[in-house]
Amino acid sequence: MKRYIKTIRLFWSTAFASQLEYQLNFLIELLAMLGTLLGSVFILSLFFTGGRQLGDWTWESALVIQGVYTFLDGLTNALLRPNLTEIVNYVREGTLDYVLLKPIDSQFWLSVKKFSFAGLPEIILGLSIVFWAATQSGTSFSFYLLSVFIISLFVGFVILYSVWFLIAASSIWFVKTWNATEVLRALLAAGRYPISAYPVILRFIFTLVLPVAFLTTFPAEAILGELQFNILFFGLILSSLFFIFSRFFWKFALKHYTSASS
Amino acid sequence: MHNNPSDLIIVDQLSKYYRVANKQPGFKGTLKHFFDRRSYDVPAVTNISFKISQGEVVGFLGANGAGKTTLLKMMCGLIHPSTGLVDVGGFSPQRRQTAFLKEITLVMGQKQQLIWDLPPMDSLYVNAAVYGLSDHEAKARINELADMLELGEELTRPVRKLSLGQRMKSEILAALLHKPSVLFLDEPTLGLDVNAQARVRSFLSEYNKRTGATILLTSHYMADITALCPRVICIHKGSLFYDGDLDSLANSLSPSREVKVELKNSCSSDQFEKYGEVQDLNDRFVCLLVSRDKLTDVVSNLLTDFDIIDLEIGDPPIEQLIGELFIKGDIN
Repeated sequence: MKRYIKTIRLFWSTAFASQLEYQLNFLIELLAMLGTLLGSVFILSLFFTGGRQLGDWTWESALVIQGVYTFLDGLTNALLRPNLTEIVNYVREGTLDYVLLKPIDSQFWLSVKKFSFAGLPEIILGLSIVFWAATQSGTSFSFYLLSVFIISLFVGFVILYSVWFLIAASSIWFVKTWNATEVLRALLAAGRYPISAYPVILRFIFTLVLPVAFLTTFPAEAILGELQFNILFFGLILSSLFFIFSRFFWKFALKHYTSASS
Repeated sequence: MHNNPSDLIIVDQLSKYYRVANKQPGFKGTLKHFFDRRSYDVPAVTNISFKISQGEVVGFLGANGAGKTTLLKMMCGLIHPSTGLVDVGGFSPQRRQTAFLKEITLVMGQKQQLIWDLPPMDSLYVNAAVYGLSDHEAKARINELADMLELGEELTRPVRKLSLGQRMKSEILAALLHKPSVLFLDEPTLGLDVNAQARVRSFLSEYNKRTGATILLTSHYMADITALCPRVICIHKGSLFYDGDLDSLANSLSPSREVKVELKNSCSSDQFEKYGEVQDLNDRFVCLLVSRDKLTDVVSNLLTDFDIIDLEIGDPPIEQLIGELFIKGDIN
């Protein structure tokens, strides 16, 4: 365990150093991130001016969902996208060989090797929006509420990660996976709005088939104190199943790995 | 199979087939391929057996696509064998247990593991953490290896600014950080200039002597093999056809020796035909291929029959022999 923590620390400090290596590129990345933030704030401001309701959500609570979305999007940009889109390259170039021969879990290596610091401000903004909007809608924070919120966020993130990893792992067979990133971003983007804003059939799909509801709506309900305990329990089981399946699938995929030839 | 305790690596009747889908060209072929997929097995390695003892340096020879890399990757656990058995130091490689992975290393000449934008030193410390070395141990180990490899301030320059030779040496350093006792080297000198090749070679031989590590090596450069490997294993079309020392390989490949003669006066080639196969005749220089059993007679006859300034007997270059062999296809 200590070895894994030290490894993560070194992974991320080298990732930071790599990003700083190209000063101009780093500046441009910061600017691009600023642009993204301004865009998000603009979309949020549309909620303010309209005063309309989405589903049975007031605008404050819808704002909480936007906050959760922004947070997850930041986490995606910081961790999921840099790492999981890289798996295809590992397979195509055959450098996966080096990862597989390290005495460390290969799924761990492939999932946390990189960290893009440009995602951090979005993460912070997302959390700030969540807490501000939740306060606005009259939530009184308690230890219990915060724990449920953190657990439900964790559940959402694990589901998103597992689905993404499953698709990336299939590159062992297909080598070039179809642009999975875009599909997953669309999935996450569907979670920008409360699930009850969608027609019934989509609501059903987003809860049970593609668990979008777990990504944003349920964490938002959690901080607003509206999440039912059995949904949290169901989420924990579902995310564990997703995660276990992603590990199982990875091990299975590696049996079919033929390694790029020389 | 009887297991001798000195056998570190045991490969027994090992085979690997790749499943390949068979698609006819054209649109019709594509449709047919979509609905009725036919695939067949392509053998990459068939029924290979050998044993390697601790501390040996073994070279794997073979043309491109002969199955060398597949064999090497099955021994280090990257590819699951289709049938047969591999045992490396008591481990089954494809299970990739931590204790096994800490004992081995793989260097691939055409793939790199160092982080491109950072100095090798950063990647080295990442590797050290992955292998659970303390900073202190890592530092001592890096210094030791950097000394042997003659690497200095290159280690603190971004990898992308290093020459190929410096980069390869850094790659080797990264691969040896954890003191592996079995080294799998897949064309470690690929693309290097003659000097850099020589330096990598002398390092490997020194490392083998110092640590007693077992080294398994594939290379396209015969010089690597002749300099490093007393024993060679030749793979041809996925099967093993020679396993033994390099010198007897030359004997078995070519039953003749090369006799080079420098004459006082120029002669014509038909004058030499009764002594052996004339390889080359250039004014006063003649090169003959003479079968080994007739060698002494031929040489004494030559000395009495001609005015000879200089005479030299040697093996035909092994490179040429193996090259011919791979072109011809089959040895027997």
